[in-house]
Amino acid sequence: MNSDTLNSDSPRIEDGPLVTGRGRFMDDLPVSVRTAQMAVFRSSVAHARIARLNVDEARLLPGVLAVITSREVMAHTAPLAVGIRVPVECWPVAVDRVRYVGEPVAVVVAESRYIAEDAVDLIEVDYEPYEPVMSIDHALKADAAILHDKLGSNLCSDRSFCYGEPDAAFEQSDHTVSVDVLYPRNSCTPIETYGIVADYDAHTNTYEALTNFQGPFSIHTVVARALKVAGTQLRLKTPPDSGGSFGVKQAQFPYVVLACVAARVAGVPVKWIEDRVEHLTASVSATSRQTTLRAAVSSEGRVLALDWSQVEDVGAFIRAPEPATLYRMMGNMCGAYDIQNLRIRNRIVMTNRTPTGLNRGFGGPQVYYALERLMQRIAVELKLDPVDVIRTNLIRSEQFPYRTASGGLYDSGDYQLSVDEALRQGGFGELVTRRNAARREGKRYGIGTTACVEPSVSNMGYITAVLTPEERAKAGPKNGAISTATVSVDPSGSVAVHVASVPQGQGHRTVLANVVGDELGLDAAEITVVTELDTTRDGWSIASGNYSSRFAAAVCGAASIAADRLRLRLTEVAASQLNVRVDEVRLIKGAFSCADDATRAISFKRVASTGHWAPGTITGDGPPPLRETVFWTPPELAAPDADDRVNSSLCHGFIFDFCGVEVDVDTGQVTIDKYVTMHDCGRVLHQGMVDGQITGGFAHAVGAAIYEELAYAQDGSFVAGTFADYPVPTSMEIPDPVILHTCTPSPFTPLGAKGVGEGNTMSTPVCLANAVADALDVDDVQLPLSPTNILKMMNVAEPETSTPAASPGAFASRPIHGGGSVTVNATPLKIWLMLLDPQTLREIVPGCHSVDRVSGTDFVAHVRFGVGPVSGDYKVEIGLFDLDEPHSASLVGNATGALGNGSGEGRIELKPVDKTQTEIVWEYGAHAGGRVASVGSRLLNGATRIVMNRFFEALGRQAQDEGSPSGAEPGSDNEPETGLIGRALDRLLKRGDS
Amino acid sequence: MRRIPANEQVRVSVEVNGRVVTGQAESRTLLSDFLRHELGLTGTHVGCEHGVCGACTIRIDGDIARSCLKLAVQVEGASIETIEGLAPAPDSLSVLQQAFVEHHGLQCGFCTPGILISLDTLLRNEPNADEMRIREVLSGHLCRCTGYTPIVKAALAARDRLKELD
Repeated sequence: MNSDTLNSDSPRIEDGPLVTGRGRFMDDLPVSVRTAQMAVFRSSVAHARIARLNVDEARLLPGVLAVITSREVMAHTAPLAVGIRVPVECWPVAVDRVRYVGEPVAVVVAESRYIAEDAVDLIEVDYEPYEPVMSIDHALKADAAILHDKLGSNLCSDRSFCYGEPDAAFEQSDHTVSVDVLYPRNSCTPIETYGIVADYDAHTNTYEALTNFQGPFSIHTVVARALKVAGTQLRLKTPPDSGGSFGVKQAQFPYVVLACVAARVAGVPVKWIEDRVEHLTASVSATSRQTTLRAAVSSEGRVLALDWSQVEDVGAFIRAPEPATLYRMMGNMCGAYDIQNLRIRNRIVMTNRTPTGLNRGFGGPQVYYALERLMQRIAVELKLDPVDVIRTNLIRSEQFPYRTASGGLYDSGDYQLSVDEALRQGGFGELVTRRNAARREGKRYGIGTTACVEPSVSNMGYITAVLTPEERAKAGPKNGAISTATVSVDPSGSVAVHVASVPQGQGHRTVLANVVGDELGLDAAEITVVTELDTTRDGWSIASGNYSSRFAAAVCGAASIAADRLRLRLTEVAASQLNVRVDEVRLIKGAFSCADDATRAISFKRVASTGHWAPGTITGDGPPPLRETVFWTPPELAAPDADDRVNSSLCHGFIFDFCGVEVDVDTGQVTIDKYVTMHDCGRVLHQGMVDGQITGGFAHAVGAAIYEELAYAQDGSFVAGTFADYPVPTSMEIPDPVILHTCTPSPFTPLGAKGVGEGNTMSTPVCLANAVADALDVDDVQLPLSPTNILKMMNVAEPETSTPAASPGAFASRPIHGGGSVTVNATPLKIWLMLLDPQTLREIVPGCHSVDRVSGTDFVAHVRFGVGPVSGDYKVEIGLFDLDEPHSASLVGNATGALGNGSGEGRIELKPVDKTQTEIVWEYGAHAGGRVASVGSRLLNGATRIVMNRFFEALGRQAQDEGSPSGAEPGSDNEPETGLIGRALDRLLKRGDS
Repeated sequence: MRRIPANEQVRVSVEVNGRVVTGQAESRTLLSDFLRHELGLTGTHVGCEHGVCGACTIRIDGDIARSCLKLAVQVEGASIETIEGLAPAPDSLSVLQQAFVEHHGLQCGFCTPGILISLDTLLRNEPNADEMRIREVLSGHLCRCTGYTPIVKAALAARDRLKELD
């Protein structure tokens, strides 16, 4: 293989269509004219029994073809299978009970997406709330509500592992250093959301689904089993282009089941394109993990043993591929360090949050956040240099291949060299000088360092480490990582490649064209590469798909083997045609020629087409050389052994990062001054792609470290449902990292390449955290490094962002509160009567369809309200009390709707200004939950204020048929911290009643 | 202002990439849906439908706009430019598009159409835009693949090339 050609930076063959608007993404593709659209009705509460679900009105809406609830889903499916045996049933829709905000409760199939969403608004549900379990600590409490009754607790797995002699090491060590950290929830949020077109053939009982699913295709089996069909009766296809995934699109498989059932029930193909609020709320998340990590350390900083205690929050259901996040790093729990004594306790809990799954880094960010915080703490506590502590513990180059305590087999590396080169080329010395200068100026400047081993090409058997050796023996061995590639020649002698890799932007076609072209002596431009997958037609296996950074190491390797085999067979044909021995034939630049006489040559195309046109002329055994399909799996990926040792990944790259950050003590803002990232990912197949993976992974990591969190309120509401509330960093926040490389090729992969796609998501968050710890001189650091968390770390109260409340009144303690006043040209009595008149209220409450008086002081209203991407109908019940006609009244209200719920109370006073004018003074406090809360405070607060003002303006206009409101200064509504559409509505409505 | 009853289909005529086209829309039909599903211009992508991600950015009468925050009926009679109109010919690329290819300014390509429209507009209006200005305009778009570094490089290279050609 010609290494110069491979380490190329050729332009991507993918790009032409993508920069001209001719990509072929999921929602761009043609569908059958019979295709209907699906919309999902989701839970607005975190934890509740479904007391009543009424879909009758939705079914009757013109244009609706079907409404599907758990009844239909259970009739046609089985629960989604998972890797551990626990009494937890996971269906693609809620059955009797909802367990997280956003959980599907029903789906509507209609002629258009707009009608389907209209019908979703007509679905009514009554919930009997249960206590929401929103944190790992809470889930583990003895008296916590239990999500899955049959399980008896929220703990679904508890396994302990011991390697070497950790107890002895801790006894003999000079020091024990420990960290206690919580890794928060975040997600890589591809800009293209999930998408599916599903169809069902009743005559053959066969499902077909086109979806931008990314693999692993072990999930195909999960979906087929759920649909109760043989694997061949589920034809899963992927579109040519996919708009990013980063693991996330793995988790659309429950929706594939749902769309398949919807197609079956509705009798038409069904299409679903997820929207962004749905995606952020309910697609998937990285796990949150609580870790206590202790180290036995010598006075020189040598780590003699590690003791891990990890508690993983997998959300409301343990769902495939979990508990993989917790076990993916099993072979490399000591990172880049030579530590042979190791103890691990792994627990898994369920909480009322969205189920978790693949997300770039997958287990790495959680592990390295603890491990590398620990290394920094060792340096601080033992008064050592952090870089020296790393260096002292690194595995030495002569130790490779290196067997870790827990069974990992590190393929290659020269960690010391990589660190030295990073420090030298990256200018570490200058950075220290810079920090010292900044500190002299009184700035809070810190330096962080991190060393990581980046695992890639996952062993499909590592997850079985969650089982005991006995359970594993019973279940049968699972291991390996089958990669599939086909290289073929057509009758014109041109070459095509197909792989089961399912890229989402990583440039697989370009790299494969280079790899195969290099093998066959052809230009990359002459190779056609197809990467979309059709499980009925193409070669694939359970490890197919795009995850665990397996492309360069495994898929390209398989393709190179296939090309090599084809080349050998074609060389035999050429030798026969040239009438020379095989070893006398050379393949260079599109022609086979004689080694000793280059003028005796036959074109590649002519030789390659021989198998089609004149197979009878080909001597030797076997079929003519037309197509080679390779299924490659590395022998190093064995099943976990009886001592729970497992080589969880085939390749282990090395990363050493350092950075300088400055923390603004007034605002809590963290600014990255410099970031250097050194990578040894083995042989680089394409420099542009590798660097693109690094800058992209780095940006994801900066987002996770400083900005993003899939945050929930105490009541279980999800509060990060838009890109305004889940702040993905932009070009203004992401600096350019300095990227450096060393290279120790992997001896275990055909091309010497290792994965590189995930490393910075593992190394960067903790590197930044270490720098912040250095800057602030604090022991504990909480991600994300947002201003709020930074100020907490500094023990500074967050500055009040809201202006002092004009009327904090009795409601100031509510998440949303405010008040205001307006002067109206009418008497208090007139206003009083208007506010008690359903007809008047219907006219002046924004978005109101109806108001009915249930009793003298109780009203029910139906109101439509929308903020940003979330709008819907709400039923609002209002009760009045403390009536002092016509001076004042108090009210309480509850709003419920498909998109959320709210409750609130308020008080209104009517103060005569003079004979004709009245000042209306109001104040309120409220709280919102459900999907509407996901819109977050920025949009909701504004919307609340606007609606309130509109209501009172309308009231003023109405009150004075004969004039205009005198002083309609829109009230002094304070800035509530947490907005809520529902609240807003209640408020409005409550006001309305009084 | 013309009132359009809910659920009623109306004709919307608009100039798109130099050609007047007509389609049907309800009063509530988003412009992004109209472009993609009624006019078949699927190059304009939808990433959030609340105006943050920027994937759906197009030009309306010369100014950039989020097509997910506009209704189809609002552009009656307007002149729209979409990603499909940026290349000078079907087999060639604009300077900016070419720079994106050369500098790995895209990976999955989903956010790319909106980014190209915004940067094309910037370089048209401010041919001397510096890196900070480019980053500022680019910050109206979310890209999850590239980390922005290669996009900024591509934009700077396109700016320089355009100045050479000028």
